[in-house]
Amino acid sequence: MATATRYMGRPLKRKEDPRLIQGLSHYVDDLRLPDMHYVVFVRSPHAHARIRSMDTSRAQTAPGVLAVLTGQDLGNAVGVIPCAAQLPEMKLALRPPLATERVLFVGEPVALVVAVDRYAARDAAELVEVEYEPLTPIVDPEKALARGAPVLHPQYSDNVAYRWELEGGDVGAAFQKADKVVRQKMVNQRLIPVALEPRAVVANYKPGENKLTVWSTTQIPHLLRTQIAAALGVPEYIVHVIAPEVGGGFGSKLNVYAEEVLVAHLAMRLGKPVKWTESRRENFQATIHGRDQIATMELAVKRDGTLLGLRCHILADLGAYYQLLTPLIPTLTGLMICGCYKIPAVRVEITGAFTNKMATDAYRGAGRPEATYFIERAIDMVAAELKKDPAEIRRKNFPKPKEFPYATPTGLIYDSANYPKSLDMALKKSGYRRLRAQQAKLRRQGRYLGIGLSTYVEICAMGPSSAMPAGGWESATVRIEPTGKVNILTGASPHGQGQETSFAQIAADLLGLEPDDIHVVHGDTAIVPYGIGTFGSRATAVGGTAVYTALVKIRDKLATIAGHILQEDPQRLVFRDKKIFLKSNPAKSVAFAEAVGAAYIAKALPAGMEPGLEATHFFEPSNFTFPFGAHVAVVEVDPETGEVHLQRYVAVDDCGNVINPLLVDGQVHGGIVQALGQAFLEEAVYDENGQLITGELTDYAIPRAWDVPRLETARTVTPSPVNPLGVKGVGEAGTIGATPALVNAVVDALAPFGVRHLDMPTKRERIWQLIRKFKPTGSRPATKRVGDGRGRRGRRKR
Amino acid sequence: MGVVIQMRVNGKTQQHEVEPRLLLVHYLRDVLGLTGTHIGCETSICGACTVLLGGKAVKSCTLLAVQADGADVVTIEGLAALGGNGGLHPVQEGFWEKHGLQCGYCTPGMILAAVELLQTNPKPKEEEIRRAIAGNLCRCTGYQHIVDAVQYAARKMAAAKR
Amino acid sequence: MIPAAFEYHAPKSLEEALRLLSRHGNEAKILAGGHSLLPLMKLRLAAPRCVIDIGRIQALRYIREENGRIAIGALTTHTEVLESPLLRAKCPLLPQTAWEIGDVQVRNRGTVGWSLAHADPAADYPAAVLALDAELVAASVHGTRTLRAMEFFVDMLTAALLPGEILTEVRVPILPPRTGTAYRKLHQPASGYALVGAAACLTLGPGGIVERVAVGLTGVGPKAYRAVAVEKALAGKKASEKLLTGAARHAVPEHVEPLSDLQASAEYRTAMAVVFVRRALESALARAQGKPR
Repeated sequence: MATATRYMGRPLKRKEDPRLIQGLSHYVDDLRLPDMHYVVFVRSPHAHARIRSMDTSRAQTAPGVLAVLTGQDLGNAVGVIPCAAQLPEMKLALRPPLATERVLFVGEPVALVVAVDRYAARDAAELVEVEYEPLTPIVDPEKALARGAPVLHPQYSDNVAYRWELEGGDVGAAFQKADKVVRQKMVNQRLIPVALEPRAVVANYKPGENKLTVWSTTQIPHLLRTQIAAALGVPEYIVHVIAPEVGGGFGSKLNVYAEEVLVAHLAMRLGKPVKWTESRRENFQATIHGRDQIATMELAVKRDGTLLGLRCHILADLGAYYQLLTPLIPTLTGLMICGCYKIPAVRVEITGAFTNKMATDAYRGAGRPEATYFIERAIDMVAAELKKDPAEIRRKNFPKPKEFPYATPTGLIYDSANYPKSLDMALKKSGYRRLRAQQAKLRRQGRYLGIGLSTYVEICAMGPSSAMPAGGWESATVRIEPTGKVNILTGASPHGQGQETSFAQIAADLLGLEPDDIHVVHGDTAIVPYGIGTFGSRATAVGGTAVYTALVKIRDKLATIAGHILQEDPQRLVFRDKKIFLKSNPAKSVAFAEAVGAAYIAKALPAGMEPGLEATHFFEPSNFTFPFGAHVAVVEVDPETGEVHLQRYVAVDDCGNVINPLLVDGQVHGGIVQALGQAFLEEAVYDENGQLITGELTDYAIPRAWDVPRLETARTVTPSPVNPLGVKGVGEAGTIGATPALVNAVVDALAPFGVRHLDMPTKRERIWQLIRKFKPTGSRPATKRVGDGRGRRGRRKR
Repeated sequence: MGVVIQMRVNGKTQQHEVEPRLLLVHYLRDVLGLTGTHIGCETSICGACTVLLGGKAVKSCTLLAVQADGADVVTIEGLAALGGNGGLHPVQEGFWEKHGLQCGYCTPGMILAAVELLQTNPKPKEEEIRRAIAGNLCRCTGYQHIVDAVQYAARKMAAAKR
Repeated sequence: MIPAAFEYHAPKSLEEALRLLSRHGNEAKILAGGHSLLPLMKLRLAAPRCVIDIGRIQALRYIREENGRIAIGALTTHTEVLESPLLRAKCPLLPQTAWEIGDVQVRNRGTVGWSLAHADPAADYPAAVLALDAELVAASVHGTRTLRAMEFFVDMLTAALLPGEILTEVRVPILPPRTGTAYRKLHQPASGYALVGAAACLTLGPGGIVERVAVGLTGVGPKAYRAVAVEKALAGKKASEKLLTGAARHAVPEHVEPLSDLQASAEYRTAMAVVFVRRALESALARAQGKPR
């Protein structure tokens, strides 16, 4: 049965949009239940302190207060916060949902207030008195590992959470053979995810039915349900989790948080519906952070630029406790450290450190942006050292297209790729040669253009269960209603990615229907079979494949029914235009709805066939997928102020086959701009006392519309052999590929000032310092003023 | 101590006794149930709470409900009525056509900021659009499709005037 | 992010507002647009017992020519300043400055008077009113008094308003021919406030001589100030790129202690003050010479 691709591959506008553009959709904080009460948490102002005493008596009697609880009051009613990751000899760091004896980071909850509305709860929270005995905060991960450093978890002798190693090939020999070794320490700074919707939880318990319903801003409703049941010690079947409209996640909602289990507990304990909504400050302090790795990279190279070996030590600042996947993220960096290059020998050592900060965890890219940044910066340094063009060093070390599937020394199998093709396209599209000529000309005028390249490979479609902490498959059910309308129930849990549309496109093509005939349901554990969720660029490649396979099952059944009606071989039937017909004789047909009806009326089904039309598939991928691409960034640095102006951005990405190009473009744009945030603007800064001084959006800059030029995107298409759709995934490619391209461009711009590396974010003041402190061996480069230095911002003249 | 306030919200007169400290965004969401207006940052940076007050875009998280007493407020729920064709407002249409949204959380505020722009500048250049929505943060789209959406709306509105 | 409870008053006239302020004294805070006070109240850094909302006093919302100057009511919004044909024609520095404030929504709500009265060290208007040698009118139950911009900014978040006083009006000059003005700013990337903001107002005399020049700086120190040394280095001399560059070096006098924070060290702020003063002067000069900038 051939599948016509009438909708797959087309830029269909989204089915989810009408409700969103009219303000008619419902995010968690939009929910209102009768007699609903509101929760406010009392949080630690200290990074590290012993709790001497807590007095809730004044808060208890404040107007409108229903309950005030501390960790002592909870006793054992709520279990510890789960971590799914297990590494050999990893130290456990069990976090109680409310701190009882010690607080280990600013923002750690110590008590909670439940009141009739948020204003009353907020007022009463002010009245909870907590006496702390401050302890020495451990903020710097390098100092945390120093001999004699104070220990964060007193049951251990040091602050090492775990050590993890990976080696492939003969690393010693590679470094001995090398003509040159390029070394650099690089910081991939701590970031705050800033999903625009803060987290929120609503819970309601009905004792008669023994049903606990929890609405949460989550990317993983089913896993959350399991963990809530475990933490509360109740059977899973009483817990119903709904992820309604979710306003972005980027990994920050791929977790099980203290607030989620506590609010669920409160609903049962108090017998009232309760709601908690995070403030942005709480979001900054107590929702997971991303990145925070310090790497020391060493590349062994031959004089001609051939890479021989790589050594990398990564120090990962994990924060005070683990969240769901905390320890695992740096290991993804280790696995992907070779990037898209043939490096025969590799050794990676990772040390995870405990510090008095919020936990790091999966933030868009989760380990891969770090790996890509480290290797792509190092490659640029190799090029600079050997005085070769960075494009040529890259090309020289690519595995050739015919070498795929390609096994890396870190133990991965890259599924399919054509790296030279995407690099060529990016160079051509950007006019790379002309840019280099322009750069040389402008430098003579005292203007500093920088051209940055990045060729990346990433790991998507997370992933085979063998490589995942808690299952890597995904589920789908296709249920065709008696009227011929189709429900797709997916275990993926989209929160902006648009799978209500793209899955409908797949179904419309497979069943010969229109996308409007298809309805995609997600995020409701009472409706959808157990699923894993949306993260790791997996929704289309794993979730979509589950949908596809379930559709094939149902189509086969319908073909059998139609064949029975038409007295034809089902193999020779085609689904199109809401009909099922003989390929060689379209006049011989049965309406789709008629065949569906036959399955339900069940009077004339083929012998032995089950009535009804429902198929479920749990898809287990055989491997990850490995999208790739080549990016070119063009920046100009104002030498007087250190300001960086992004002038052009060219991205060529290959995410395999594309279901909906509009959605892919959207993912790529968003990812690039988020990368720009990391490269130029964002950094979560804790001071020496462990206070988060970038505590609000007034101090933590994320990109605005005027920070970005029009992005120039293109695609190559190398289908993945790992799944029948040939798709790879694209949700994180932008943050992975773009960050190094942007920083490489800035460093390239600063090359005349002897700059070889610059840590992120490439802040104006740092650049200004580098330029100012440059002591030339020859003549100092001109820093002729660039007009009045007005860049992007300044050009916005009235 | 409550204060009685009256305002027109999406063309309908509303009157309530409120605490003076009640923020306009909480009045709209919690009292009137108009939950299309979102809260993203609370520090008047992100613009998710943008509504039109007397035709001007304002951040309703940094405004007391009592300050809007007597005013005319338009939220995303009432925008379509301003479009004048009984369907979606052209800016809403633009966001749909051009994939100007992903998670949708910033979208109501973003749309209302764009509506104000097009009222004062019917043919904005790309740079002018980017500047006009600089008070609205989006973490999903990278802004490009939002710019496209506003341009689409500008063309559509110009064509309707002709 | 919810303010503590307070008693609310919404006077309809200035007189009523002043009486309320006089009665409640230190326990009262004035609320105008809300963009200065409400963020502090939401963080509970301010918890006044009483809030006097002067936002309804329409009589404080105007831009008009009066006695050879332009008078701007304290409740005029940044957007109204930006769009005022009168200011654009006769005192463009204020619209130029308003253009750089916050974003559309903030400009629609924020008011001239209260962004000045708040005396935020990173606010934009202070630089402009200093460069314009503006007059600020303060009223109390005892009457009104007029302050010069140079004496208005006392310290970080402290203006020269006495208890019981409300800033009611800003008066700026009608600029003479051959005058150019400009406001140049280094944005704090997150908040949009000025890390350094330089306003320049420059009038050319015969033969391209700098006849009159004033430079105001904000963001650099705990309060906005006039860069008097820069002005001295320019006045009476023939304008040239070299002259401006040399003069700009005096942007941060010794008595100003530059702020130092996460976004910019004192050293960087000082250097940027020099750069942005020069840029503001260059633009102002070009405009005075009638060149489009």
